[in-house]
Amino acid sequence: MQPRTLYDRIVDAHTVRRLDDRTGPGAEILLYVDRTVLNEYTSPQAFSGLRDKGRPVWRPAAALGVVDHVNPTAAARVAAMPDPGGARQVAYFSENCRDFGIELLDVLHPLQGIEHVVAPELGFVLPGMVIGAGDSHTTTYGALGALGFGIGTSDIEHYLATQTLVYRRQRTLRVNLDGTLPPGVTAKDMVMALIRRIGADGATGYAVEFAGTGITALSIEARMTICNMAVECGARGVVMAPDAAVIDYLRDKPRAPTGALWQAAAAHWLTLRSDPDAAFDREVRLAASEIEPMITWGTSPDQAGPIGGRVPDPQAEADSGRRRDMIRALAYMDLVPGATFAAIPIQRAFIGSCTNARLSDLREAAAVLRGRRIAEGVRGMVVPGSSSVRRAAEAEGLDRIFVAAGFEWRQSGCSLCLAMNDDVLAPGERCASSTNRNFEGRQGAGGRTHLMSPAMVAAAAVAGHLTDVRALGREA
Amino acid sequence: MQPFLRVTGPAVPLPGANIDTDVIMPKQFLKGIDRAGLGDGTFFDLRFTGSGEARADFVLNQPGWADARFLVVGPNFGCGSSREHAVWGLLQLGIRAIIGTSFAGIFADNAANNGLLLIGLPPEVLAEIQRVAADPDRNRLTIDLPAQVIIPQPGPEIPFPVPPLRKAALVRGLDAIGTTLDDAEAIRSFEAAHLAAHPWLA
Ligand code: SF4
Repeated sequence: MQPRTLYDRIVDAHTVRRLDDRTGPGAEILLYVDRTVLNEYTSPQAFSGLRDKGRPVWRPAAALGVVDHVNPTAAARVAAMPDPGGARQVAYFSENCRDFGIELLDVLHPLQGIEHVVAPELGFVLPGMVIGAGDSHTTTYGALGALGFGIGTSDIEHYLATQTLVYRRQRTLRVNLDGTLPPGVTAKDMVMALIRRIGADGATGYAVEFAGTGITALSIEARMTICNMAVECGARGVVMAPDAAVIDYLRDKPRAPTGALWQAAAAHWLTLRSDPDAAFDREVRLAASEIEPMITWGTSPDQAGPIGGRVPDPQAEADSGRRRDMIRALAYMDLVPGATFAAIPIQRAFIGSCTNARLSDLREAAAVLRGRRIAEGVRGMVVPGSSSVRRAAEAEGLDRIFVAAGFEWRQSGCSLCLAMNDDVLAPGERCASSTNRNFEGRQGAGGRTHLMSPAMVAAAAVAGHLTDVRALGREA
Repeated sequence: MQPFLRVTGPAVPLPGANIDTDVIMPKQFLKGIDRAGLGDGTFFDLRFTGSGEARADFVLNQPGWADARFLVVGPNFGCGSSREHAVWGLLQLGIRAIIGTSFAGIFADNAANNGLLLIGLPPEVLAEIQRVAADPDRNRLTIDLPAQVIIPQPGPEIPFPVPPLRKAALVRGLDAIGTTLDDAEAIRSFEAAHLAAHPWLA
């Protein structure tokens, strides 16, 4: 047999049948999907479609429902949603999960959280799986050796009714990240550097495998940050070969297999890798040692640069389309060419989202904030990625560090990452944010988002403006 | 879904790379449990001011481009969030096809599942269509999917590629789930073997 990539191996192992006579990229197949995670805002019309046609859910136990996008994150948890739309979605979601036999983690559930944080911490995602789910950041699961990708509502319905998707094979892109990250530089900076390098459409049409010593040196949570945000350069699916660190991460997770089944599973998982001479359609190489703390200055995640830089000048951009996009972005962001990034003042600081609100992220931010106060005029919020993360952080006293520094210590949810609840930027407010999208209006109409690592958000909050966390130093 | 055969109407230029689904359908329109009312939300912040007035400078609010049927867009259109509301809203606004160079993956699948035709063309061909769309005297096009051609008036026909299965589904307005369920036996036997080989997934 021809040498195959890990992506090809997983897709082959899940092919129910071919739908055309092609074999390579672009071939259509009927793909078996092992599991999905559902949320309250992309699933309602899928369930309505099933109801209209009288179709059952093929395998209810293979789905998990989580309320995360619309719920408030105020410290006192209540079941009620503050707005009628959110209330209707949550009510319909719970009705659907009940009627179709799907497990639901609702707002008051002790395991509630952002779907991409909750599913791995439960052990619901296992290596070798295919997971298609109604949220683009489903790519997160690549960190565990599962092929994860986002789907729309029609495909959620298709999955629920058939356990399969009509799937188009992607081309393959391997991103090789070798070497060691400098101190103060994180996985977030790695993925932001990649997106800046290849562009917001750099991986469009590709499934991405991340490989190299720069990846294997990372914790599983840090790897999730990379796989999560890889969708911002268009990756239509992400995988990393599972290694001993993945096995360690999964051991004793509540839903992971146990006993003899665990032994068999773990042995199988360690065989999941690309064949040594497998050919990728494209390869990209980055040196981890050359990466610096990154920030975005524009309204697309590839409009980014190292914190030591300056706002670029559109007039220096040769491509007229890119020049027009830059001019528009700078007008929206209210920035002038040549200004140093480190002088950009902020009014809001947000530590949260499925990219960067796991325990290790909160630890990194707290390490910067310990013994410090956020600047006058800055409102800081910490929204843990899950209720479990929140409890674990409290158990080691991180909440007290955040509160002493002047941050709000909130309940879990998507929150200001997409501002579908009551956590919203006012027009013109500028936010240092550990999230994944700096799109126009993403955090609120007219709001201005600068993406960066949680430690960089903490440093910006203390300084009152964007700043290099390495200059601030740490007191951990 | 509505079959796509031959559609005629104005094309609208919407240049700019990476127009994301947050811009196409802002979050305040994602609070429904059905598909109603999304036409109003489409490009909301571009079409309307904070106080709800139409922005005169936005192309869809200008007379030459009212009743648009086609968008002519920049690279990586539809990137970002998986929200299918973006596709539903575009269709409710009357858009039947989008012509560009590249489209984000989830958006492209959502479009295919709803009968919204996406046409990817080389940049130099797209540039010509951008010029046509920008001129309200010339911006009426016909798109013939069975023949796979864009017909400007006047001007030579422009052929475009479309994957055969997608074309068949669009032309016939197929229900993909019904078609897949015809394969239920194959899925069931695949599943039995798959779970037997990987019992920890059962
Ligand atoms: S945290 Fe943000 S990116 Fe992640 S699932 Fe929620 S809204 Fe989407």
